[in-house]
Amino acid sequence: MSDPTLDKLPGGFKGMSEDIGSDQTTFKGVNWGKAMMWIFLLSDTFVFSCFLVAYMKVRASVTEPWPYPSEVFGLEVFGVPVPLLLIAIMTFVLITSSGTMALAVKYGYEKNRKMCGLFVLLTAIGGLTFVGMQAFEWSKLIFHDGVRPWGNPFGAEQFGAFFFMITGFHGTHVSIGVIFLFIFARKVYRGDFDTGRRGYFTTMKSDYVAIEILGLYWHFVDLVWVFIFAFFYLW
Amino acid sequence: MSDDLNIKKTSSIKTKSSSVSGGGTDIDYVRPAELPEQDLYHGHSFITKWIFCQDAKVIGIQYTLTAVFTGVVGLILSWMMRMQLGFPELFPFLTAESYYQMVTMHGMIMVVYLLTALFLGGFGNYLIPLMVGARDMVFPYVNMISFWMFFVAVVVLMASFFVPGGPTGSGWTLYPPQAILEGTPGSGYGILLMLISLSLFVIGFTMGGLNYVITILQARTRGMTLMRMPLTIWGIFTATVLALLAFPALLVSSIMMTLDKVLGTSFFMPTIIKAGEMLSYDGGSPILFQHLFWFFGHPEVYIVALPAFGIVSDLLSVHARKNIFGYRMMVWAIVGIGALSFFVWAHHMYVSGMNPWFGFFFASTTLIIAVPTALKVYNWILTLWRGNIRLTTVMLFCLGFIVTFVNGGITGIFLGNVIVDVPLSDTYFVIAHFHMVMGIAPLMVIFGAIYHWFPLITGRFLDETLGKWHFWVTFLGAYSIYFPMHYLGFIGVPRRYFEMYDSPYMTSAVGMNEFISVAAFIVGAAQFIFFYNLVKSIRLGKPAGKNPWKANSLEWLTPQVPPEHGNWGEKLPVVHRWAYDFNVPGAKKDYITQTTPPSEVIEAEVEKT
Repeated sequence: MSDPTLDKLPGGFKGMSEDIGSDQTTFKGVNWGKAMMWIFLLSDTFVFSCFLVAYMKVRASVTEPWPYPSEVFGLEVFGVPVPLLLIAIMTFVLITSSGTMALAVKYGYEKNRKMCGLFVLLTAIGGLTFVGMQAFEWSKLIFHDGVRPWGNPFGAEQFGAFFFMITGFHGTHVSIGVIFLFIFARKVYRGDFDTGRRGYFTTMKSDYVAIEILGLYWHFVDLVWVFIFAFFYLW
Repeated sequence: MSDDLNIKKTSSIKTKSSSVSGGGTDIDYVRPAELPEQDLYHGHSFITKWIFCQDAKVIGIQYTLTAVFTGVVGLILSWMMRMQLGFPELFPFLTAESYYQMVTMHGMIMVVYLLTALFLGGFGNYLIPLMVGARDMVFPYVNMISFWMFFVAVVVLMASFFVPGGPTGSGWTLYPPQAILEGTPGSGYGILLMLISLSLFVIGFTMGGLNYVITILQARTRGMTLMRMPLTIWGIFTATVLALLAFPALLVSSIMMTLDKVLGTSFFMPTIIKAGEMLSYDGGSPILFQHLFWFFGHPEVYIVALPAFGIVSDLLSVHARKNIFGYRMMVWAIVGIGALSFFVWAHHMYVSGMNPWFGFFFASTTLIIAVPTALKVYNWILTLWRGNIRLTTVMLFCLGFIVTFVNGGITGIFLGNVIVDVPLSDTYFVIAHFHMVMGIAPLMVIFGAIYHWFPLITGRFLDETLGKWHFWVTFLGAYSIYFPMHYLGFIGVPRRYFEMYDSPYMTSAVGMNEFISVAAFIVGAAQFIFFYNLVKSIRLGKPAGKNPWKANSLEWLTPQVPPEHGNWGEKLPVVHRWAYDFNVPGAKKDYITQTTPPSEVIEAEVEKT
């Protein structure tokens, strides 16, 4: 981050063209893993875009009416129907976990082992809470409201299909992230990034930049959720 | 007078060598290394060295062998298809169902599991670290997983031959609704295994693709700028970026169709009445699948073509002893074709009932993409112009590539126009077009590349006599197969029909169909000359020694041949120039390797690169 050789590089478009024209690395000072994660996220963006475009296309062309989201996703609290209550809490939890992730990255670069580990763990718990609430939401839709991938009582049958597929695909991303967050919380606590302990599978050393890479993934998953939220719950 | 010239040259080199070398008076200066040495895992047992190996070169060979295995399966399928078309009812096991299954598996195997895996997984893994001067891919472990994912994908695909109902027979495009409805062969387990296999392939490829991209962007050696990279690397790089952005559409469509099949969702399934009964499907969009599929499918064509473009440029340059004509133009053409390839997909769907304005738009973009492609063809020809051409087997295959590619490209311009395409759509003209342009042409490059790099991989040459037999039979045979097919298309013979002897327009083409089939048998058999040559030459081939073709690029300059794990021994190479300094005026030798410092060739009029 604060590599002194990098401060001397010229900025702006001139700097960019010089970097691209130079040898060895195109993105100066960018760790391999970090560059890889950015490219992966670009590819994953295309995956989610395809899902969402397909959703928009089918929603625009089905003949049956599309279910009304604030009705379907509402919760009844003390007999009062509140639209989008659960989803608001879920979104809040997930966005908060992005905040704790950012703090984990900051403490990582300060080589503050304990605080970094704590915030990675908090992020993992936030993610786990999100997945738990999503499981609750799914089971309510399936068992209480009778929404199925092949049909539902509210309207066009593609509603359930797209909802379960896209939130499921996103939920899988979150779950994978949670697993990695727990693994990395342990690695940070154990001091792997201070001692240069080698990875179990890859046999490679790593350092706190791994936390930033994990953070990139986590923020991406949150960002995708914002789009899913807008497209499914607000449209 | 000569003194005068020398001074001029020296001073010009000094002023020119600044951007990478940082100025100063030392003309050999190259910026110091930015990164520490790469940490590598060295395998010790047979399993870690050859099976779960993290060395990109071994992974490349694993990819190549697996891809070639699938290619042989695809070849045998094509033999059986030609058997049915040329000599129907000779073999009773060739039923209409099995014919459709063969068509489907042949197409999918050849496009995805042979060509994509061979160019990117095979040549990419082997050549990228060597050509950019890296010790290995940046994430060797992920790279290893990538191959095994591909391997599992192949196993799943091949398993579909043995499940009840056999493999899917829906055509390689897998169009719904018919792909998953009863009545299509393999609509049970076959299509399911195909979709799972494709998903696994995409996941595995993504792991490999990230490796290729980051190795090229972030792990080049000292002095290796982007504009000094061999065009092979540019082709593979751009193709990999295309794949990373196009395969998502295939993954998404595979997942959605799997759900349609397994859970009974209706993403792609409209309301369907079958035998008087309504099926449970309702309201889905089959056209959506076509859009998703071709958003993958058209870039896929360039995923196969761009590495071939890159490789053929290098082979032509080395075997014509001349620098590649218009290197920068070639690079920009590759990048431009790559970018444009995302805006042409619906030219595969002119007859699907799109809005006519769509056809107008996609015809325009399709014709625009012919501009950078034609530019590349001119540059290949101008590279040959007054070159010191050596008619090796490699060069023959490169020339074969140019001819077949121009042929297939021109029929592509026919088909890119809506009004020409509509009558020709779904005829043998289309078959002839895409087999020429993305079947035979890339295969010519693959063969050329194998003849070219075999001495690097094994230390021995392939047999030239057998190689020339292989080339001439393949080249003339391929023309005998596909040239008549253009005519069949003009008289209206539809593709994918399993038998057509009762149709009136076919009686005139019976002889031609038999001729095509015989040619196909011969061309297929000629490939076994090649396999024999490979096996024989590994042990008995003429020893090649170091840099047998007198090439400039880094892969030939390793201390060991074949290169060992880590590629470069003690010290990484330092690059001073591009890979195309052949026959430089004033130089003592007819080639100047990329690692030759300017002070050693002070008398040569090298171009600044």
